[in-house]
Amino acid sequence: MTVQTTYRTCPRSGLQFEKQAEALMKINAVTAVVALLVGGLLAIGVVLTRWPAVHWLAADTFYMVLTAHGIDMLIFWIIFFEVAVLYFASSTLLRCRLATPKIAWAAYALMLIGAIVNNVSVFQGSSSVMMTSYVPMMAHWSFYLGLILFAVGALIACFVFFGTLVVAKREKTYQGSVPLVTFGAITAAIIAVFTISSGAIILIPTFLMSIGLINEVDPLIYRTIWWAFGHSSQQINVAAHISIWYAVAAIAFGAKPMSERVSRGAFLLYILFLQLASAHHLLADPGISTEWKVVNTSYFMYFAVLASMIHALSIPGAMEVAQRARGYNKGLFEWLRKAPWGNPTFSGVFIALVGFGFLGGITGVMMGTEQLNLLIHNTIYVPGHFHATVVIGTTLTFMALTYFLIPVLFQREMIAPGLAKIQPYLFGFSMYFFCLVMMGAGTLGVSRRHWDMAFSGHALAYEWPGAAYLMMGLVGISGIVAIAGGAIFVYVTVMSVFFGKKLDAGVVSPKFTPLMPAAPTAAAQTYGSAGFVAPGTFVLAVFFLVTFVLYYFVNWKYLGQLWGLS
Amino acid sequence: MSAILPPSERLWWKHPLDRLEAVWIGIAFVWCMVMFFMMVFWHVYGKQNLSTETYKTTPDKFSAAAQAMVDKYTVRTETEQNIPVVAPPEGTDVYMIARLWNFWPILELQKGKTYKLHLTSMDYNHGFSLQPTNINIQVVPGYEHVIKVTPNESGTFSIVCNEYCGIGHHEMVGRMYVK
Repeated sequence: MTVQTTYRTCPRSGLQFEKQAEALMKINAVTAVVALLVGGLLAIGVVLTRWPAVHWLAADTFYMVLTAHGIDMLIFWIIFFEVAVLYFASSTLLRCRLATPKIAWAAYALMLIGAIVNNVSVFQGSSSVMMTSYVPMMAHWSFYLGLILFAVGALIACFVFFGTLVVAKREKTYQGSVPLVTFGAITAAIIAVFTISSGAIILIPTFLMSIGLINEVDPLIYRTIWWAFGHSSQQINVAAHISIWYAVAAIAFGAKPMSERVSRGAFLLYILFLQLASAHHLLADPGISTEWKVVNTSYFMYFAVLASMIHALSIPGAMEVAQRARGYNKGLFEWLRKAPWGNPTFSGVFIALVGFGFLGGITGVMMGTEQLNLLIHNTIYVPGHFHATVVIGTTLTFMALTYFLIPVLFQREMIAPGLAKIQPYLFGFSMYFFCLVMMGAGTLGVSRRHWDMAFSGHALAYEWPGAAYLMMGLVGISGIVAIAGGAIFVYVTVMSVFFGKKLDAGVVSPKFTPLMPAAPTAAAQTYGSAGFVAPGTFVLAVFFLVTFVLYYFVNWKYLGQLWGLS
Repeated sequence: MSAILPPSERLWWKHPLDRLEAVWIGIAFVWCMVMFFMMVFWHVYGKQNLSTETYKTTPDKFSAAAQAMVDKYTVRTETEQNIPVVAPPEGTDVYMIARLWNFWPILELQKGKTYKLHLTSMDYNHGFSLQPTNINIQVVPGYEHVIKVTPNESGTFSIVCNEYCGIGHHEMVGRMYVK
C-alpha cells in the first residue's frame, strides 16, 4: 500500500519527518503550550492565595482556580505534549509514515473539544470539585463529558501510535529492534491505555449520575478506580520523560545506553508494576485490607522503584561514558563540569533528572509507605511531592525537549537564546525551593486545597506553628519566581515558533530513507568490562541512596512517636 | 549505537552487564527488599498501624450511635453552638461525625488509655487531620472506620478537615482533649 506523503530530512539533526506526522506533532505541541499558559496564569491565583500575607482570591474563586489549574496542567498540558512525543517516537525515530493521519486528526479534535468543554464547565463556577472530583460531590455534567471526550481522543492517539509501529515493521523502515526511546514510548502508551480505560470506567457512570440516570456511585469504589486513572496518568509521564532523557543523552552527547538489556528491562518492570502505585492514595482509607495496601503500594516489592533507580544510574552513566570517550577523563567529575551547561536542552534535562530523583522520588517512596502515609496524607506535602515529579520531572523535561524541537521540528531559529539559556535554571531551581518549602509545611501538617489556614473567626480555630506560616510565605515567593520562569519559556517558544527566523527545511523526498543498521561499535564490544565505566555517576548514585535511606528512617522515627493506632 | 537508533547489536539481550550496573542493581534490589519488609516488620512490632476494621453504615444509623454516646457521657458544652464535650470511659466505642462543615462532638480522652474511635462522613469525603500530632485519615461517606487509638500525650488537639469538601471546607475544624 502506498500513501501520498512526503518525508523531510532535517539538515540540523538528520531526523526524518513525515509530513502528516510533522503537522500533528506541531499542533499537539502548540496546544499543549497553550494549556501550559492557561495553567500558569491560574497558578498565580493559587500561590498568591496560599501565601498567607497576600491571601488574594475569594474562597469560591480560589477553589475554582485550583480545580482548573490542576486539570489544565496535569491532564491537558502534559497529555497533548505526550501525544506529540508518541508520534515523534514512532514516525520520526522509525522513519515511517504515521498510520491513519485522518483518525489522528479526529483524535486531536476530540481532545481539544474535551479540553474546552471541561474548562468552560469549570470557569462557569459550578464544577469546583478539584481534579479528583470525588463523589458524592458533583460537578456539572459537562465537566465529566469534557474529560470523557478528551480521554477517548487520547486513547485513539495511543492506537495511532501502535498502528504506526505496525506500519514501520511492515514497510521495513528499520531493522532489528526498535530504538530504546521508542521502547520507552511504547511503555508510556501501554500505561496510557490502562490509565484512560480506568478513567472511562469511573467517569462514565459518574457522568450518568450527573444527568440523573444512575442514583449512586460508591464513594470508595470511585476513589479506588479514579486513582487508577489519576495516579497512572503520572506514570505515563514518568515513562515518557525518562524516554526523553535517554533521547537527550543521545542527542547532546551521542551517548549510547550503557546496556540495552538493563534499560529495556527497567522499562519492562514499569509495564508490569508501575500502575499498582494508585494504591498510594488509598493508604489512609477505610475498608481496604492491609495486604492489598502493602503489595500494591510497593509496586509488588518495589520493583518499579528498582527500575527507576536503574534509569537513575544508566542515564547519567551513559552521558559520563560518552564524555570520557571524548577525553573528559580527569578525576571523577570532569565529564560533568565540561557538560554543555549553556544548552537549555541538556541543562533542563539534568536539572529535571536530579530534582525528580532527590525531591520527587525519595519523597514519593516515603509517602507511599503504608504506615508512613499517615504522616502526610492530604497535607500540602503531597502537592510538594508531585510538583517535584510532574513539574521538575515532566514539565521541565518537556520544556528542554521543546528547545531542541524549535529548530528541528518547527524550523525556526530561537529568539532570545540568552533567555532560553537561563530559563531551566530559573524555573528548575525555584521549583526545587518551592517543593522543599511546600513539603516542609506539609511535615508541619498544613492542609492541601485549603483557602484559609488561619481559620479566621472560628471559635475552634487551630493555630499553626509560626514555621508553617513562614514556609507558606516562601511557597508564595518561590511560586511567583517559578511562574516567571515558566513565562519565559512560553515567551521564547511562542515567539520563536511564530516570529523566529525561518531555517532551511532540508531535503524533501516522496519516499522514506530507511534506517541502515549501524556497525557494532568498538565500545559495544567491550561490554562486561571488569572496570567501572562511569565511576562519577556511581558516586552520585551512592550519595542519592544514602540520602534516601536517611530520609526514609527519619520518617519511621517520627511515626514511632505518634499516638498508638491499631 | 544510540538510544534513538535501533540497537546495532542484534542480539543486544545477550550482552553481559557492565560491573557498574550489576553492582548498582544488586544494591538497589537489597534496598527495595528492606523497604518492603520494613512495612511488614512494623505490622508485627510497630505501634502505629491503621486499622482496616470497616462497616457499611448510613447517616441515620451512625448519628443514632453518636447521639447515644453523647447522651451518656457529656460533661459540658463549649462554644456558642454548644458542642458537647464527651468524656467516655476507657475502652469504649467513641464516635465522631464529619459533616459539612464541622466535626461533632468534642471528645475528651485520657492519656495512655485505648478507645475504639468510629469515623464516618454524613455527606462528602472529609479528612481527619489531628494537629499538631499530624495523624491524617481519610473519612469516606457510607463507611464506618473503626480505629483503636491510644493518645500518648495530653493537651488540646485540633481536627482539621484536609479533604476538600466544598465552599466551607476551610471552616471545618474540630477539637479533641486528652487529659
